[in-house]
Amino acid sequence: MTMTPPSGEMIVQKIGNGTVIDHVTAGRGLLCLRILNIPSTTQFVLASNVSSKRMRRKDIIKIEDKFLSKKEFDRLALVAPRATINIIRDGKVAEKRVVELPKTIRGVISCNNPACVAFPRNERFLEPRFTVETDDPLLIKCDFCDHELSRKDVDELL
Amino acid sequence: MGFAGSDFISINDFSKADLEHVFKVADRMLPLARKGSSICKNKVLATLFYEPSTRTRLSFQTAMLRLGGRRIGFSSGAESSSMKGETIADTVRTIEQYSDIIVIRHPSEGAARVAADYASIPVINAGDGSHQHPTQTVLDLYTILKEKGKIKGLNVGLYGDLKYGRTVHSLLGTLGLFGANVFCVSPQGLEMPVHFVKEFKEKHGGDLVETSSLDTVLPQLDVLYATRIQKERFPDEKEFLKVKGTYSLDSFALSRAKDDLVLLHPLPRVDEISYELDADPRSRFFKQVFYGVPTRMALIALLLGKVK
Repeated sequence: MTMTPPSGEMIVQKIGNGTVIDHVTAGRGLLCLRILNIPSTTQFVLASNVSSKRMRRKDIIKIEDKFLSKKEFDRLALVAPRATINIIRDGKVAEKRVVELPKTIRGVISCNNPACVAFPRNERFLEPRFTVETDDPLLIKCDFCDHELSRKDVDELL
Repeated sequence: MGFAGSDFISINDFSKADLEHVFKVADRMLPLARKGSSICKNKVLATLFYEPSTRTRLSFQTAMLRLGGRRIGFSSGAESSSMKGETIADTVRTIEQYSDIIVIRHPSEGAARVAADYASIPVINAGDGSHQHPTQTVLDLYTILKEKGKIKGLNVGLYGDLKYGRTVHSLLGTLGLFGANVFCVSPQGLEMPVHFVKEFKEKHGGDLVETSSLDTVLPQLDVLYATRIQKERFPDEKEFLKVKGTYSLDSFALSRAKDDLVLLHPLPRVDEISYELDADPRSRFFKQVFYGVPTRMALIALLLGKVK
């Protein structure tokens, strides 16, 4: 799917149907793939640390025949805020969306405070809920115990 | 804000004006806290205590009785269906069929918020792990107000286990809100968590001194709020044994304090305050216990919409 032209610039082949996740913070593409649970049979390309006018360096992911659910979109927002999602149908961009962190994050990750009611196994059926305090650097606060999670904490929980 | 029908979960949900209104209603409740009333006649208060408590549980029950209402409840998780695996969400949706207002204490942080999310009747947080104990904060502030006549400008010392003590966490922020200067005095390893100190300085810009030496700050203090080492909140016994018995107050220690100092303690005490200090007129911790009744009467009546 990829080839390197004489100029040294990497070209990634277009996909017919699926999703292109562009403007992913450089080096975080693998984490995006991990949280999206891409099956091993799926055709995808990850281009890492490619040049970008806007970001200097970025990652791009192209996934054939994959369309993100709301939950996957929210998960992605935690890993790659401000990424661009292009939904491709019949080789053309059918829809373009910018990933944005919602003010409240529900059910994506659990609180990592073992004393919190929303820590896994404490209160069954409880949907974890966080309020985004700042998005850069990422800081989210558990709505139940007020425990704050940094970017590092969130990455470990995803 | 309108109190009727709302919950009392975190002290941070309430403004200075809200708390001042609670104090005004508590003033009206002061004489009724002994002689009783019929303000909440035919109303039922449910106390769901998954953890042991003497003062908080009994003062809530007393408050409801003095308001002319009745009470139901349990005093340990073992008495409830939580032992059978029932969730907090299901318990409160059951209890609200029997009662008009719920008071909950639970070891998990945020448990009261869960109860409030699911219950359609008012819920009061009576302590959720090391997180919040907002009605204790109301009674602590009210005690300072009644015993000193004001809060603004006072030098208040928070002394003891400032790491695990939930009462001091909530109290610190509200002391800032009311314009007090705070001195955090704790043994090494039991300091006030950094984020509470940061929040105090950022939000209120008041003076906050951190020290491990009570002697150096005691002569300046108007109020000294001592706390017990929260043994049950330590992750392991070894950590507790390292700090056990590292601080205590007696007549000698208090000899350098002001004559009009007010000495408070949320109780129970273990060995932080010597019994010889009970006769010292500066000791007001049992009066502080009493103020739990009018303040909780005020909150119950406000949330039930029985007073404005």
